[in-house]
Amino acid sequence: MAAEGGTQTSSDYILHHLANLTYGKLPAGYVRDGQALSTDTWTFAHTAQEASDMGFMAIHVDSMMWSIGLAIVLGILFLIAAKKVTPGVPKGFVGFIEMVVEFIDNTVKDTFPYRSKFVAPLALTIFTWVFMMNAMDLVPVDWLPMLAAKLSGDPHLYFKVVPTTDPNITLGMAFTVFFLMIFFTIKNKGFMGFVKELTLHPFHHPLMIPFNFVLEAISWIAKPISLGLRLFGNLYAGEMIFILIAIMYGAGWALGLFAGVLQWGWAVFHILVIALQAFVFMVLTLVYMSMAHEVDEQH
Amino acid sequence: MNINLTLIGQSISFLFFVLFCMKFVWPAITNAMAERAKKIAEGLEAADHAKQDLELAKQGATKKLTDAKHEAQSIIDQANKRANKIVEDAQQQAQAEAELIRTAAQNDAQQELARAKDALQKQVSRLAVEGAEKILESSVDASAHKDMLDKLAAKL
Repeated sequence: MAAEGGTQTSSDYILHHLANLTYGKLPAGYVRDGQALSTDTWTFAHTAQEASDMGFMAIHVDSMMWSIGLAIVLGILFLIAAKKVTPGVPKGFVGFIEMVVEFIDNTVKDTFPYRSKFVAPLALTIFTWVFMMNAMDLVPVDWLPMLAAKLSGDPHLYFKVVPTTDPNITLGMAFTVFFLMIFFTIKNKGFMGFVKELTLHPFHHPLMIPFNFVLEAISWIAKPISLGLRLFGNLYAGEMIFILIAIMYGAGWALGLFAGVLQWGWAVFHILVIALQAFVFMVLTLVYMSMAHEVDEQH
Repeated sequence: MNINLTLIGQSISFLFFVLFCMKFVWPAITNAMAERAKKIAEGLEAADHAKQDLELAKQGATKKLTDAKHEAQSIIDQANKRANKIVEDAQQQAQAEAELIRTAAQNDAQQELARAKDALQKQVSRLAVEGAEKILESSVDASAHKDMLDKLAAKL
């Protein structure tokens, strides 16, 4: 269980694990620790309530730190591989990266039959990055938060390690994909093509334009939301189960042992989820990109 | 579960990471891989060529070998013929020479015989004269009776 132990209840423990380290703006007049703030203040949220009261003007420092940190690690690995790669015999680490690249390349060729310099690297980025972010779930739930609490000196520090259990991260990526989709649709079919796609699609008749628009708008907006929430939901549920298992460690050695077995089992199963969700996110992105490149009219 | 600036932060870092991969990672790796694939294809093709060449060379070699064998055989045959002829010639020559030597020897022998006969006649005639001298108890003038003696010797 968490560092401070004793007085903490299970629900406290869970809630603590589910809150992000939030840095944001509290508005003037906000009552904090019994005192009203005189001006707008940028600060770390001390409670989940404060974090939610910060509204949109806040940032999850832990999520951003881990996602960017992992991106940098990946970027450095990729850069080393790109520097070392030769047309000769591939070996060791470079061979592994090449294997990943080839896997992505094959998947892209299968799902995205158009020429694009952008889409394959996009797929590579999504798969590897989401995979890395998901893989943070396999680190036992208390290790990194406790380390962070020790380093910062604040035992109550909120610290979430798995960026993909933060809907901001998954939806951020999903909406980027969504805007890329709109961008490529307009680029390939022209603005009027995009408008036509939205208005003339299921029923090709002038009177049906409003109906079509409502239908298409919903189907368009559903894409990024389902894309982002699918990843978030899977990882959030997985994290939740890890947290629930972790609670059992505080309930005697018999249950603790049982929890160890459970955690091992769930981690093994979770490896599948990690890879699968990264793959699904990539393939759906490819499908959406493919739709945006599809020039021939279908009605 | 709050939606906030993290969304935008993640979008921006996502785009940066994609652009980074697009610029520095993907082309380098895929180009190297494509180049390798080309190299391997070329290598395989070269190997096929080499195989064909080897086959051709093998065929050439066996042809040359059989040719050489035939040639050698013909040379051997020729040599045999030649040798036989030489032996034959030599035999003939030897026979001829032997004949020659034999005739020469015969001639020699005949001459020798004639000479011996001659000498014998002379000796006999002298012996006859000596004998006659003894018989007559008088010396016969050899020169006076030479004609007679010669006739006697020729009769012997």
